[in-house]
Amino acid sequence: MWDWNYTFSIMPELLHAFLMTVYVTLAGFAVASVIGLILAVGARSRFVAVRIVVRCIVEFVRNTPLLVQVFFIFFSLPLLAGISLSAFATGVIGLGLHYATYLSEVYRSGIDGVPKGQWEAATALNMTKSRTWMSVVLPQALPPIVPMMGNYLIVMFKETPILMAVTVVEVLLAAKNIASVTYRVFEPYTIVGVLFLVVSVVVSLLFRRLEKRMNRTNGPVLKR
Amino acid sequence: MKVDTAEQSSAERSAVAEAPVSAQAGEQANAAKWEPARGEPVVRFRGVTKTFGDLEVIKGIDLDIYPGEKIAVIGPSGSGKTTLGRMLMTLERPSGGTIEVDGENLWQMEVRGRMAPASDKHLHRIRGKIGMVFQHFNLFPHMSVLRNVTEAPRKVLGLSGEEARERAVEMLGKVGLADKLEMYPSQLSGGQKQRVAIARALVMRPKVMVFDEVTSALDPELVGEVLETIRDIAREGDMAMMLITHEMDFARDVSDRVVFSAEGRIVEQGTPQQIFETPQSERLKSFLSRFR
Repeated sequence: MWDWNYTFSIMPELLHAFLMTVYVTLAGFAVASVIGLILAVGARSRFVAVRIVVRCIVEFVRNTPLLVQVFFIFFSLPLLAGISLSAFATGVIGLGLHYATYLSEVYRSGIDGVPKGQWEAATALNMTKSRTWMSVVLPQALPPIVPMMGNYLIVMFKETPILMAVTVVEVLLAAKNIASVTYRVFEPYTIVGVLFLVVSVVVSLLFRRLEKRMNRTNGPVLKR
Repeated sequence: MKVDTAEQSSAERSAVAEAPVSAQAGEQANAAKWEPARGEPVVRFRGVTKTFGDLEVIKGIDLDIYPGEKIAVIGPSGSGKTTLGRMLMTLERPSGGTIEVDGENLWQMEVRGRMAPASDKHLHRIRGKIGMVFQHFNLFPHMSVLRNVTEAPRKVLGLSGEEARERAVEMLGKVGLADKLEMYPSQLSGGQKQRVAIARALVMRPKVMVFDEVTSALDPELVGEVLETIRDIAREGDMAMMLITHEMDFARDVSDRVVFSAEGRIVEQGTPQQIFETPQSERLKSFLSRFR
């Protein structure tokens, strides 16, 4: 049933496409991390207008499917705004924006974990708001959320096949293309599954080690 | 709280609390001993009130603090002592009245001839003259002792790393922690933490410093070292100090003036001797009797 020769013959193409999956995940995660942080800080703004805008963005993005969002970016933006993005850029922005709203909640939990007294001490030392964020709040808010960030990285990674809908040639689309030519579906899809499995497990192990290492260096320090 | 207030004559309260500080000194029987210092006060509370929801915590306080003066604020828990210090440190906004620092209105500023709420810039400028030490230390747990003390001088005052370090090491030496520079707060005892917090506030060289029940969270055997540190600072400094405290002996030793507040008002004030030996109001007498 399983044909190893066939397997080896399609491996190069699948691995090549898998690289695209990894790129789009990493780039999307970078976008999500930055926008998520901006949303989380914006949600704490003392300006009501900023808080409302942030709330609207988060609710809107979270309550519409990722697939609809990438379709919108890929097919509707060129018509509406004359902005035409490549499939890759669409994937990165779509994934990034979507998960930014989830990561903003993760950031929020980290930020909320910083005791009020820390903000007050910063005020007493006459730190500005931005200085307080940089020196006092974020260095304490971020380390505890590293594991959750890792989880979302893996979730995003496994969501990338959705981008085949806008012709991002990630690993699943490559497998589908192969299958449509050779009429053999068993090997390509199985390989894709195994690739996702192996990378997900390895990454989650890496994050666990990172978490342990941070606990070792920061453990007594960050105990509140 | 309302019930508590009722037991004391309202006439007595209002007479004492609402009179300006200087006038009040004259009204008291043995006031001759305490005279307000000459010159302009560094801090001036006028008719300050603070309400949290329905609860009026501060019911109109007038208080002047003169440059270099050490005042102790004593009184029962919930009498608004801490709120007073927090309003000065800009951690709470007063509901009414004004607070002036060095002759400038802290919470309001003039914009085109009208008083408007203070901008961040305005607050930032005046806040530089005020420092605070907290009951729960509030050290930055992710920074070493040294960096706790150098961070604000570098990032707020704009000192170079070297200057900041020099100042910080000097201050940490003053509080007896010169050998703990590279430690982290979690590795220190409560008393040591509080002394780092004192160094961290001192290094900014404020004109007036609020000490908010700085020994209340400490184990009894660690209280002494912190009070001793504050005593040393009080002796040498031209910095004004507002010591919000439950330590009566400490208040008596260190302060130039003791302010007794209860139920959101200043009930009585005077020299430590006046307050502790010849208290006038029934409220103060009954408060002090609990410490004997």
